[in-house]
Amino acid sequence: MTDNVLIRVNDLKKHYNGGAVKALDGIDCEIKKGEVVVIIGPSGSGKSTLLRSLNLLEIPTSGQIYFEGTDITAKKVNINAHRQKMGMVFQHFNLFPNMTVLKNMTLAPVKLLGKQKAEAKEKALELLKRVGLEDRADAYPSQLSGGQKQRVAIVRSLAMNPDVILFDEPTSALDPEMVGEVLDVMKELAEDGMTMVVVTHEMGFAREVGDRVIFMDDGKILEEGTPEQIFGNPQNPRLKDFLSKVL
Amino acid sequence: MQYLSIMADFTVFLEKLNHVFIEKDRYKQMLIGLLNTFKITAGALVVGVIIGVIIAAVRTSYDKNKESMALNKGFGYYALSIINSFCKFYLTIIRGTPVVVQLMICYFIIFANARDGIPVAIFAFGINSGAYVAEIFRAGIMSIDNGQFEAGRSLGFNYLQTMKSIIIPQMFKAVLPTLCNEFIALLKETSVAGYVGVVDITKAGNTIAGRTYNYFIPLLTVALIYLIMVMILTKLVGRLERRLRKSDR
Repeated sequence: MTDNVLIRVNDLKKHYNGGAVKALDGIDCEIKKGEVVVIIGPSGSGKSTLLRSLNLLEIPTSGQIYFEGTDITAKKVNINAHRQKMGMVFQHFNLFPNMTVLKNMTLAPVKLLGKQKAEAKEKALELLKRVGLEDRADAYPSQLSGGQKQRVAIVRSLAMNPDVILFDEPTSALDPEMVGEVLDVMKELAEDGMTMVVVTHEMGFAREVGDRVIFMDDGKILEEGTPEQIFGNPQNPRLKDFLSKVL
Repeated sequence: MQYLSIMADFTVFLEKLNHVFIEKDRYKQMLIGLLNTFKITAGALVVGVIIGVIIAAVRTSYDKNKESMALNKGFGYYALSIINSFCKFYLTIIRGTPVVVQLMICYFIIFANARDGIPVAIFAFGINSGAYVAEIFRAGIMSIDNGQFEAGRSLGFNYLQTMKSIIIPQMFKAVLPTLCNEFIALLKETSVAGYVGVVDITKAGNTIAGRTYNYFIPLLTVALIYLIMVMILTKLVGRLERRLRKSDR
């Protein structure tokens, strides 16, 4: 089954202040192709740090990350080439405010994948249609609602045809009534077989869409399993405590 | 002598104008001075922006990458730290000394053999302006939310591509008013070019004033010319700003 593994994390550590703060303290995990892995945990538990380490936005102190068989923490690796295949969706959207929705989506495919403008545009419009925003192609991000911005951010990463998309608390900055529209898009993506790693506080999403749930605290993975195991029959006392507070 | 009569008696004023500017073709000096002011300002602007971009790029790359590069401690890390220290040194020296002194050091010491003061003035004012422009650009880059940078990198752009395609265009919009300020200051600072024998507009006005014993007309004319140039520059930058602000609706 090892050839089915998309990302393998091996004893990953991220220390600050010379080891005084251990944001990640020896993480081992695997993400398989087509899997939806949801990472939950209290704030400060290191879940965002782990996610951001997967595409090296955070540089780990030690440990390895294998993406499609390559150790991307190795010195000689061209991380930019790998990042093209790892989409990322941020809590604060991070759309480019000086570009239209269409330009946001076509910039990277044109400049990095060498696509023709017309071809990139066609693909972008098709993706926008999928998330119900085809009429906003020429709008600027400041003219969109939070939910619309996040949907654009998702299709922006999809425009690069990634093998995996990393979601860093994608609904945490949204008004409550806009959370649903973003989660619906993510659910659809999951159903289409996209590999997804999601850091979220949306337990309903974790339970319904997740194939596997990872619970982290203090920079360690304390428990992982299917949503049924994690939510139905938690073992770790910290997980039980956490779930009693959020559910 | 009777300055009030300038207002009162128009013909006296015209006579004086004639004496100051027309006789012996003295207006030609003013035109030459104006042209030289233009040359120095435009040249220094180009030199300053080039220096500014390079220094801001070095300083921000160092600040943004020192943490990740320190882990490997490769050649790039040491090279960048040395260049960064040099840039800081340059900023300290240039911003810590008056531009007139820098200009005179350039003309009388560094380029002591130079016959034409204009290239020296372009060099001196360019080097001076570059320090300020560098800090303006650096502040602009720092003011862009780091999320923009991360979004670019996560799409697969490398550091320079992210800077060029995503950060710089946003930075430029943010710093345009401050940059305009610096250009205005530069234009007016060139008025000390006379110290190294360059006939700029100020020097021309002053020379005419000395020859004709009339300070009122030449100096006020000089002031008016600066004012008009600054107003035109402000107008042009304002127009550019409005165009760039299209996305803020």
